[in-house]
Amino acid sequence: MRTSIRRSQRLMALAAVAALTTGLLAGCAKDSDDDASDGSGGGNGSGKGKITLTIGTFGVFGYKQAGLYDEYMKLHPDISIKENVTTRTDVYWPKVLTRLQAGSGTDDIEAIEIGNITEAVQTQADKFVDLGKEVDKSQWLDWKNAQATTKDGKLIGLGTDIGPMAVCYRKDLFQQAGLPTDRTELAQMWKGDWSKYVDVGKQYMKKAPKGTKFVDSASSVYNAAVGGASERYYDKDGNVVWDRSAGVKKAWDAAMTVATSDMSAKLKQFDPTWDQGFANGTFASVACPAWMIGYIEQKSGDSGKGKWDVAAAPAASNWGGSFLGVPTATRHQKEAVALAKWLTAPEQQAKVFAKQASFPSTPSVYTKLKPQADTTAYFSGAPLTQIFSDSAKTIPSQPLGAKDKPIDNAISDVGILQVEQKGKSPAQGWDAARNEIKDVLGQ
Amino acid sequence: MTRPKQALAHSASSAEAAPGTPPGAARGARGRGTPAGAVSWRSRLYRWDMKASPYAFVSPFFVLFAAFTLVPLLYTAWYSLHHVQLSALDHQTWAGLDNYRNLWSSDFFWNALRNTLTIGVISTVPQLLAALGLAHLLNYRLRGSTVWRVVMLTPYATSVAAATLVFTLLYSWDGGMVNWLLHFLGFGPVNWRESDWGSQFAVSSIVIWRWTGYNALIYLAAMQAIPTDLYESAAIDGANRWQQFRHVTVPQLRPTILFTVVVSTIGATQLFGEPLLFGGVSGSKGGSEHQYQTLGLYMYDQGWIIGNLGKASAIAWSMFLILLVIAAINLLLTRRLRKSR
Repeated sequence: MRTSIRRSQRLMALAAVAALTTGLLAGCAKDSDDDASDGSGGGNGSGKGKITLTIGTFGVFGYKQAGLYDEYMKLHPDISIKENVTTRTDVYWPKVLTRLQAGSGTDDIEAIEIGNITEAVQTQADKFVDLGKEVDKSQWLDWKNAQATTKDGKLIGLGTDIGPMAVCYRKDLFQQAGLPTDRTELAQMWKGDWSKYVDVGKQYMKKAPKGTKFVDSASSVYNAAVGGASERYYDKDGNVVWDRSAGVKKAWDAAMTVATSDMSAKLKQFDPTWDQGFANGTFASVACPAWMIGYIEQKSGDSGKGKWDVAAAPAASNWGGSFLGVPTATRHQKEAVALAKWLTAPEQQAKVFAKQASFPSTPSVYTKLKPQADTTAYFSGAPLTQIFSDSAKTIPSQPLGAKDKPIDNAISDVGILQVEQKGKSPAQGWDAARNEIKDVLGQ
Repeated sequence: MTRPKQALAHSASSAEAAPGTPPGAARGARGRGTPAGAVSWRSRLYRWDMKASPYAFVSPFFVLFAAFTLVPLLYTAWYSLHHVQLSALDHQTWAGLDNYRNLWSSDFFWNALRNTLTIGVISTVPQLLAALGLAHLLNYRLRGSTVWRVVMLTPYATSVAAATLVFTLLYSWDGGMVNWLLHFLGFGPVNWRESDWGSQFAVSSIVIWRWTGYNALIYLAAMQAIPTDLYESAAIDGANRWQQFRHVTVPQLRPTILFTVVVSTIGATQLFGEPLLFGGVSGSKGGSEHQYQTLGLYMYDQGWIIGNLGKASAIAWSMFLILLVIAAINLLLTRRLRKSR
């Protein structure tokens, strides 16, 4: 009896120790997952007269990879730069919002994603330095500047990359399906409208190689189509018009054709299964913005080399892109502005493009862009620079709204997904999206 | 029994013998019975020390509790009565009970509550039953029993993120191992993430996998405290192992079982990480039809993805109230159980 009690005590102790250790481990794991290095921010000066500038980013901005920080630090020996990376924007942005409003804890430079820029412009403009006076605005594309400009003309962020759209496709699969493989011929086939691209998909499915589909998902078609509309969820005056917008309707119809036919691999973008789809070649094409080029190359791996090609998209459209803003709360405003200016200057954008194909928002360098030789070879020698810059110059300026991203999620992840994966009718999907958006807007 | 008192008296006298020592930890432990007498400065200090020190010693916990639990709790209540956007925290407009009324009439809220309950049942019941069975097996004399116990605890020691990632791959629609097994057995593939019951089952299975070993260990500890003579007399009365388990082990474990039920119920009510990560990119939606969106996910989606902090706070308080109700039911049950004994 006595021994059994002692043993049980030992067991309890074991359990307690295990609980504590796992708590610690879990804590560590979470940290490294969310904030690679979540510094105290605020830019603490360290050493004698040396200023540490912190820059908050998400995903992979490529500045470090392209050696830009090192280069800048060499040019300015009194500055040292620290990048605080958060992997996901939906974790990054709420954190930035709360810190901006608290007036402390922000980095000296904060990256802002396109999905959040309107919210920043409309609600946080007074928390950011007006960069309009600091730079020559004509360096950037007009629509890029417009996204970061407040009603009274204040520019709160400098454009970094943009996401002009093209179509990436597998030549080998197209050929097996009896479709042309030449990029100009294909571009001609679907020129003008994404629904024509969907028509090509119908043709593909008639003779589709076994186990392959035409496109990765219905929402990728929706996303590409809506990204080129001159109006989507908000009108110029800031009213929510998503259910009356012609751009949304057209994109929705194209996506519904994909979802209700057999041409979609029914994957969700950025899921592990989507990556596997690239590796196994289970879909023959995907609407690809410039920044996806590197992703495809990485995920498809050696097996896809020389099989991928890039053709011009049916219509110019944009997906993604970011800005760099300088919070007024920073203690080194002058230095931070200088760094932001330098990082977004045309020459530096060209360097980032050379490294990871993030497409510049400054048209002056478009003629000088050099993608890596490997990448060009991977995509069958496609003239990447030309295709993307042609698209970039014709992208319409689109009014965005504060709840743009949640509305977009509601349509893609609820409406379209229900039709594509749960066999709902397009009308049911539309209603579901409508209810969701009502909930999003708090009505 | 007398020894501690003596020791106490000893330490007290030794402290008095060394005047000038600053009031410290040793003094706080002193007994009562200060000699009444002239109210000198020192004795006043001494009495103040007697009264205040204990509070000072326990204060760190309460200060931390107030700063990180009580204030946020009350602040959330305040938020829940306002319209607040994440992007305009200082711009609050009084909403009264609007947020709560909004929830009451919202299909999304009831759906999330229903999901929380069903996932809670599908995950908790098998989990506790399996834990009981495993603990019973481990209670036998086994070769390498420590190894088995450590093995049982490994899932618990794995991070939610890692475990969920693996499960997501296992349950993936095409190429997942589960569907491959089903195919092997002659069934069609299941879209685990988008089907109603399939997704709830998948999420529950992650919870079960993670927590069964932990509960088993708690049961095992309790089982080993059961006097062996009970089993001996049961064996003499001719009870076989199953009867011993039913009539000796389970009744003896009653308080422990109740404890694990309460803890798992609280855990199930707050279920968040598993469904969020299981959902992948838009995980906070809990599936296209919110088929596995729990209350925790709905709150996260409203507060941090959409930015309606007022409504998210109302959801948080609703969850809190639901937990209070569960606690009350639990209290009633415990009383009932005690009386019946």
